[in-house]
Amino acid sequence: MLTGNGMIRLEKRPQPSKKWTSITPFLAVLATMFVGGIMFWALGKDPIEAIRIIFWDPLFNPQFASYARPQILVKAGPLILIALGLSLGFRANIWNIGAEGQYIIGAICGAGVGLAFYPSEGWFIFPLMVIAGALGGFLWAMIPAILKIKFNTNEILVSLMLVYVAEKILVSVSLGLMRNPEGGGFPGSRNLQYYKAASNPELISGTGMHWGVLVALTLTCLTYIMLTKHTLGFQIKISGQSNKAARFSGTSPSVVTAICLGVSGALAGLAGLFEVSGPSGQISIDFNVGYGFTAIIVAFLGRLNPFGILLAGLLMALTYIGGELAQFMLGLPAAAIQAFQGMLLFFLLAGDILTNYRPKFTYKKRL
Amino acid sequence: MKLLKSILMGGALFFGLSMSAIAADPVKVGFVYVGPINDGGWNTAHDKARLALEEALGDKVETVFVENVPEGPDSERVMTQMALSGADLIFTTSFGYMDPTLNVAAKFPNVKFEHATGYKTSDNMSSYSARFYEGRAIQGHIAGSMTKSNIIGYIASVPIPEVVRGINSAYIHAKKVNPNVEFKIIWLFTWMDPAKESDAAKTLIEQGADVILQHTDSTAPLAAMQAAGNVIGFGQASDMTEYGPSPRVSSIIDDWAPYYIERTKAVMDGTWKSQAVWHGISTGMVGIGEITDAIPEKVRAEAIALQDSIVSGAYHAFTGPLNKQDGSPWLASGETADDGTLAGMTFYVEGIKGKVPN
Repeated sequence: MLTGNGMIRLEKRPQPSKKWTSITPFLAVLATMFVGGIMFWALGKDPIEAIRIIFWDPLFNPQFASYARPQILVKAGPLILIALGLSLGFRANIWNIGAEGQYIIGAICGAGVGLAFYPSEGWFIFPLMVIAGALGGFLWAMIPAILKIKFNTNEILVSLMLVYVAEKILVSVSLGLMRNPEGGGFPGSRNLQYYKAASNPELISGTGMHWGVLVALTLTCLTYIMLTKHTLGFQIKISGQSNKAARFSGTSPSVVTAICLGVSGALAGLAGLFEVSGPSGQISIDFNVGYGFTAIIVAFLGRLNPFGILLAGLLMALTYIGGELAQFMLGLPAAAIQAFQGMLLFFLLAGDILTNYRPKFTYKKRL
Repeated sequence: MKLLKSILMGGALFFGLSMSAIAADPVKVGFVYVGPINDGGWNTAHDKARLALEEALGDKVETVFVENVPEGPDSERVMTQMALSGADLIFTTSFGYMDPTLNVAAKFPNVKFEHATGYKTSDNMSSYSARFYEGRAIQGHIAGSMTKSNIIGYIASVPIPEVVRGINSAYIHAKKVNPNVEFKIIWLFTWMDPAKESDAAKTLIEQGADVILQHTDSTAPLAAMQAAGNVIGFGQASDMTEYGPSPRVSSIIDDWAPYYIERTKAVMDGTWKSQAVWHGISTGMVGIGEITDAIPEKVRAEAIALQDSIVSGAYHAFTGPLNKQDGSPWLASGETADDGTLAGMTFYVEGIKGKVPN
């Protein structure tokens, strides 16, 4: 298909190959290491050392590992949580690109509830914040859902545009409604890390495990069960394959749209809430750092499979943390690390060719 | 299996040993930057000072840096990893790194931390900042003298006191030489976004501004002014002479090198103590870039005289009589502002239109 009369012909497989689906991610990592290594070498750095620092040191170097390992969980937690939600929609051909906005609104709603109770203590405050966070993300995602159901608008555009609206709201509350009255005139809310009833601390010291990570791990399993055992999983899959078939099986496209956008919004909102009450601590102008967009990559890197997403999230987090190490251990520029991450995605998507097509070697006959 | 294990252990041991061997000798100084080192402004200025530090102290110092570090938990992780890698002194060069620096400083009592432009300190965390408003006074004077449309544009970044202070200082001194002057202020809510900065400059030019001041980090506004032709502006944080002699007619230069060298030496000889410093033009932390020929001789001389009076301490950029925007009195005639009020300044002075965002 790609090459007409060349040496290699690609033949479409009747079904995506299971074998290649599971092998290509590993091949992609290897190819990234190889080509990335060449790039590092071209930048005048020792490629073996660079790869070792990125992939090995955060996990096993005695100097960093005890800190970096838990940090991988902290960084991967929101990515996994958001990507799980997005993957449902992506399976059903419903494209929520605005998880970043839902993440922001979830954080604002959750933190807002917590700050409203300041400084009173009570066991119920944090659970209420969790509910508010999920609800905030859910409602923000229902805007594109309802517009799509009622007016058939494009959810890609609407959800993406709502990210910018959410960012404006974030700026506004950081400067006004939620500004820390003891903040010396600087923008940003009180730090929830210092307000016990509303904080999401490390549950077991030295593990990085906070409520958000725990929820992400639990939901990975639940999503897998839902997709394989529950009717809803079937309905989502069939909606993605054929709208007609979905209708014949009694699936309402409107319901699937609402569920997919709603659930992914709620999970993104939860991720925002756990982040703002935990590692980040405060609502500020620069609170969001792109988890909602990176999660799209994680969802695809993980093949929309819950356990794949889990691994992809951890791998992504590893490259972030190892990449920082490489920056100050080797003096690699940040742009080289970003290019390295980009290569990973590129090789993975390129590997899809092998999943969907079979390479056939042919020889051009001479006349 | 056993063999593999022993190889791994050996490797780990080797790396561990070689690391600590390096850390024992030269003083290791880490830098955390919020943007890329080639932004041409804020981050370039800090990185230039890092290189100056290396040059000044030679092999007695080893420097490392990470660029493009978002404020928040990511910065906390970068600082922690730097401390773990054996850094003795870490400069965190953005306001939003304040709480993360405080957290990491508490975890590493033997590592010294220096946070730029914040207000929190601890036993092993200093804060340092520069009185950029002194430079703004000179820019305001030049802007007020040069404008023909009487409209001066101001590209403001994040509404923290430092930025509000700069606007006030520039306005007061522009108004002094030109009572008809009007400020148009655009808030971008970011320190660096070349596309937005460029758009802001173009918008201000369309609204009639012929002088534009910027408090954002990139050279994009100057590029937009150059394209427009008859508009002048100033370098911000770095000298930005590549846009001179016009549109860049002068600049505020952040010169952190003397401070970084002084503090690193203090760590070396064990005299480092936590402090909060706020230096201005007189110590060289704020530099005024050369005023070009595009400015008439007379205005240049006035600007230099103003600079000299600030350096000698004869003049303070906030000297009364001054009222707040709502008309309520702030400083009586001859009275100068105290540092506490300046540090937390969230109000405009009388005459500026619009509101500080909140």
